Amino acid sequence: MNIKILYFARIKEAVNYSTEEITLPNDVSTVTALKNYLSLRGDVWADLFNGKQVVRAAINHELVDNLASIKSGDEVAFFPPVTGG
Amino acid sequence: MRLAGQAKKASTQNESVGAIVSFVGLVRDVNDGDTVNTLTLEHYPEMTEKALAAIENEAKTRWDIIDSLIIHRVGTLKPQDQIVLVVVTSAHRGEAFKACEFIMDYLKTSAPFWKKEATNQGEHWVEAKLTDEAAKARWKQ
Repeated sequence: MNIKILYFARIKEAVNYSTEEITLPNDVSTVTALKNYLSLRGDVWADLFNGKQVVRAAINHELVDNLASIKSGDEVAFFPPVTGG
Repeated sequence: MRLAGQAKKASTQNESVGAIVSFVGLVRDVNDGDTVNTLTLEHYPEMTEKALAAIENEAKTRWDIIDSLIIHRVGTLKPQDQIVLVVVTSAHRGEAFKACEFIMDYLKTSAPFWKKEATNQGEHWVEAKLTDEAAKARWKQ
């Protein structure tokens, strides 16, 4: 399935781009599965997505937990804990 | 318009308003011992709109408030610049005080903004604070 991924703040800087369109294997259908899939891209990705760092996720602009399902056409965002205000 | 000017504007349309509580957050000159030269705020625009609306709606379900307003700046700011304004109107002060504090506590932990500080030691992303999570947890019922 095809999804869009957005990265923000220090995660965006670490992976060195802000957005991508990606075709996922059918078994990558949760946030955890997507994090595991991305962590295979190399050291920078593994450091971010192997579970040791706190990386929050949103699907279609709603904050979600790691068990959330991903559907084709979703906009998934990864970002660090927020620090506004 | 200066953010505080919005607070006055918020009271002019409804004669049942008996209380206006506003909060304005400013950029501090020193954070964690380092002198802050600039503070740059990044955000996730589409999610920001939804998150702020959800926080205001939650405040309206919890307290009998008449209206609320949130303005949050993004981009590069200097010490003493205004970052955020929250205004709440209600018939009586208690509801407006509580709702205003609730909105700020939720905004700090739920709205997708990220701060990057430029100090004399270089640039770094500001880390989220456990005290902000604790402030939010006070409102759990």
